Amino acid sequence: MSGLLIEGSTGTWEVVVGLEVHAQVTSNAKLFSGASAEFGAEPNSQVSLVDAAMPGMLPVINTVCVDQAVKTGLGLNAAINRTSVFARKNYFYADLPQGYQISQYEKPIVGEGVVLVDLPDGSTKEVGIERLHLEQDAGKSLHDQHPSRSYIDLNRSGVALMEIVSKPDLRSGDEAAAYLTKLRAILRYLGTCDGNMEEGSMRCDANVSVRKAGDPLGTRCEIKNVNSIRFVKQAIEYEARRQVEVIEEGGTIVQETRLFDSRQGVTRSMRSKEHAHDYRYFPDPDLLPLVLTEERIETIKASLPELPDAKKQRFMEAYGLSAYDAGVLVAEQETSGFYEQVVTSSGDAKLAANWVITELFGQLNTAGKPIAESPVSAAALGQMIARIKDGTISGRIAKDVFAEMFATGKDADAIIEEKGLRQVSDTGAIEKIIDDVIAANQDKVAEYKAGKDKLFGFFVGQTMKASQGKANPGMVNEMLKAKLG
Amino acid sequence: MTDLTGLTMAAALDGLAKKDFSSAELTAAYVTAMEKARPLNAYITETPDQALAMAKASDARRAKGESRAMDGLPLGIKDLYCTKGVQTTAGSHILGGFTPTYESTVTQKLWDAGAVMLGKLNLDEFAMGSANITSYYGTVESPWRKAGDNRPLVPGGSSGGSAAAVAAHAAIAATGTDTGGSIRQPASFTGIVGLKPTYGRCSRWGIVAFASSLDQAGPMTRSVTDAAIMMGVMAGYDAKDSTSVDIAVPDYRAALDGSVKGLRVGIPKEYRVDGMPAEIERQWQQGIAWLKEAGMEPVEVSLPHTKHALPTYYIIAPAEASSNLARYDGVRYGLRVEGDSLDKLYENTRAAGFGAEVKRRVLIGTYVLSAGYYDAYYLKAQKIRTLIADDFKKAYQQCDVILTPTSPSAAFALGEKMDDPVAMYMQDVFTVPANLAGIPGLSVPSGLSSDGLPLGLQVLGKAFDEETVLKVGRVIEKAAAFSTKPSFLAGE
Repeated sequence: MSGLLIEGSTGTWEVVVGLEVHAQVTSNAKLFSGASAEFGAEPNSQVSLVDAAMPGMLPVINTVCVDQAVKTGLGLNAAINRTSVFARKNYFYADLPQGYQISQYEKPIVGEGVVLVDLPDGSTKEVGIERLHLEQDAGKSLHDQHPSRSYIDLNRSGVALMEIVSKPDLRSGDEAAAYLTKLRAILRYLGTCDGNMEEGSMRCDANVSVRKAGDPLGTRCEIKNVNSIRFVKQAIEYEARRQVEVIEEGGTIVQETRLFDSRQGVTRSMRSKEHAHDYRYFPDPDLLPLVLTEERIETIKASLPELPDAKKQRFMEAYGLSAYDAGVLVAEQETSGFYEQVVTSSGDAKLAANWVITELFGQLNTAGKPIAESPVSAAALGQMIARIKDGTISGRIAKDVFAEMFATGKDADAIIEEKGLRQVSDTGAIEKIIDDVIAANQDKVAEYKAGKDKLFGFFVGQTMKASQGKANPGMVNEMLKAKLG
Repeated sequence: MTDLTGLTMAAALDGLAKKDFSSAELTAAYVTAMEKARPLNAYITETPDQALAMAKASDARRAKGESRAMDGLPLGIKDLYCTKGVQTTAGSHILGGFTPTYESTVTQKLWDAGAVMLGKLNLDEFAMGSANITSYYGTVESPWRKAGDNRPLVPGGSSGGSAAAVAAHAAIAATGTDTGGSIRQPASFTGIVGLKPTYGRCSRWGIVAFASSLDQAGPMTRSVTDAAIMMGVMAGYDAKDSTSVDIAVPDYRAALDGSVKGLRVGIPKEYRVDGMPAEIERQWQQGIAWLKEAGMEPVEVSLPHTKHALPTYYIIAPAEASSNLARYDGVRYGLRVEGDSLDKLYENTRAAGFGAEVKRRVLIGTYVLSAGYYDAYYLKAQKIRTLIADDFKKAYQQCDVILTPTSPSAAFALGEKMDDPVAMYMQDVFTVPANLAGIPGLSVPSGLSSDGLPLGLQVLGKAFDEETVLKVGRVIEKAAAFSTKPSFLAGE
């Protein structure tokens, strides 16, 4: 149970959350114009006549964006609507050149679907998808460039977004965070959105309400444009407690839009002078209804990659991994790919999983690097694991070798040679060390022989230490047992 | 030398081909005529230098034997078409000073076919009007006068500048646009030919939008043959307009030679509107008789939802317009009247930039799309629109074309009907159904009113069957032998 229950003075409250995610479609060009959709260009350098809403300009649908939306719909196990309609959402704003946003209203391209969310306690939960529709992004208003004027950057104007609306199935900030993490993983696997929240290519609005268990849904507040998964969780938790407080103090929740202040960790009413909008939606007469053929949908279906859920299942079955380990490894497509290469080059799926999850992730985390920038390649890690398996080094020494690999980028064999870390499996050499250890610790030998079995570990430790860790631990054990009788 | 500006396009093409005169000479004659026609206020922008340069280039092509379909013909362009490097106003103050960096698809096709641009023609503001009295650049006067009455008359609208210029011989032909009758009604008022093609036949790319689902570009000419020639150049699929249709463009001029014998002409019984002048009814009957003489068979057809066409149109067109005109906000181009907040900037700019008729339609359109009214107005209008289109589909199972008057009256005087928008909207009663159904319609001059003013008959056809429409129009043109000229001719 990962639902958040709030103990108020009048009883226990349940939190109900639905998320609207705006995901920028990965495509070279915008939704209705040929202009580039790349992030970070000089202001107003990626603006076509259509994006600037020059007189007489007309939108033409970018079929790549349509295919991406269908692909995403399929990835969300959702219904693909054979006919969908673009509608105009009318409102005035300086960064909305047409005076309307082309979106989809009554007939979205994707209908109901479902996402299997992995919760922190290892369980999973089905979260319903209400719909996914395509729409244009607006431009950007820059209010900090001039004391009395606002500047407009239209580079984003017309960029394709998918608005993915969940059902109100989430019951806590943790569940919301897990849903977003999973949704982002699916989008990245599909290659339909890069999921980069810092650059704004994935943004989230959270609808939050509270109720007593079994009651109908309470009045919701919408928290707009939260730009990290951590903040979404914080915002929901704060907002739910605020609502309980308001209700328990005799107040009522007003349906409104709120903003999350990440510095203070609070949500605030958007007390802007914004008008009560009537968007006057109507079908865009410049565009015909969007009709998808079965062949087109089938072609897209055939191009779907293995998605996280299927991959997790396969990792558990084929590699014998635990659900937890498999879940960690499939969370990002790059990680799962890296892992499978390590399996191939090491020949040991379990060792590969341990090394990737514990050592590699640990080092990457400390260094603050993504897996794509790992100084140790999958092949190099695989080769090192192979050296453990063939007895060249012990698991203990391997940790040092790996640290060196991570620091220098050298491969395992080079480090083993250079530092003379090869495991000592020569009976004579080990016997010599053991004899020295026994000679130097006659008192302990006597105690051991008198029945103090625990001292065996002491002899192993001393022997390993004297060999600088290089002695083959199995042989040390065996020979010590023989010598100590 | 012959009166060059008196020639039809077909005759001028012959003369140019035979080297009787050059395009430079023809164009020079029109540049002079354009200047002489200034009292009509038909042109907003004259581009004589560009015209003469284009004419010279045309003559050079012809000398090399590379002349094209409309090579050397000097046209006027309705100022709703964006023209690269030439100010485009849409007849509105709000576009003040706007000069496109691009050329509309249709005008580009005309220039590619060798045509010459004389200038940009006046129109009702954003093509909203039936008398060309709503332009920020002033009203246009018709070159016609009632017999024994020198009061200025309206040329019709919204393509009033186009109609006046073609009728007064200040352009050999012109482009128009037709959203509810804006090509056909002014053509009928000024004694010229006007064709509204099937929706999707001509690209709308680069034409300032009024009502996107109704707007269509078309030719305004002095003969049916000229309309066929020009249509062949203007028509065609354009990937930049998602509503343009990808089907082959036929040889319209060749189609004119075909026989009409055995074709059925539908006479809609619901088109006998109350208070229609007797002379309009007489023209209509005359038209039926001419077509019968030519071997066509009249059949009565029913278009029962026609009576709802006008209110339907005056919901859909303003709804689309209210959204289409939102982009004129003073932020990026055109007029800007500063204000101390963004909202004030919008209010000041749009209050100063739009005229009364445009404001009225933006308000109507905003209202009918509003929450709580959408279903009762816009949605219902769309349903009726479907019924009207179905009426035509059913009627065309019984007939090949439909004949109606173009307009319920001849031209009226400047100043008449101006304070009564509904009376003005009635002008579109016969033309609007074709826009709602997306079908082609042609207005052909058929005779004179008792006041000596031109009247027109409208031939409606099946979708994408402009060939038959033109062919039947040609029969009416021949039978009517309309040859009266307006009292003002700029070309002589």
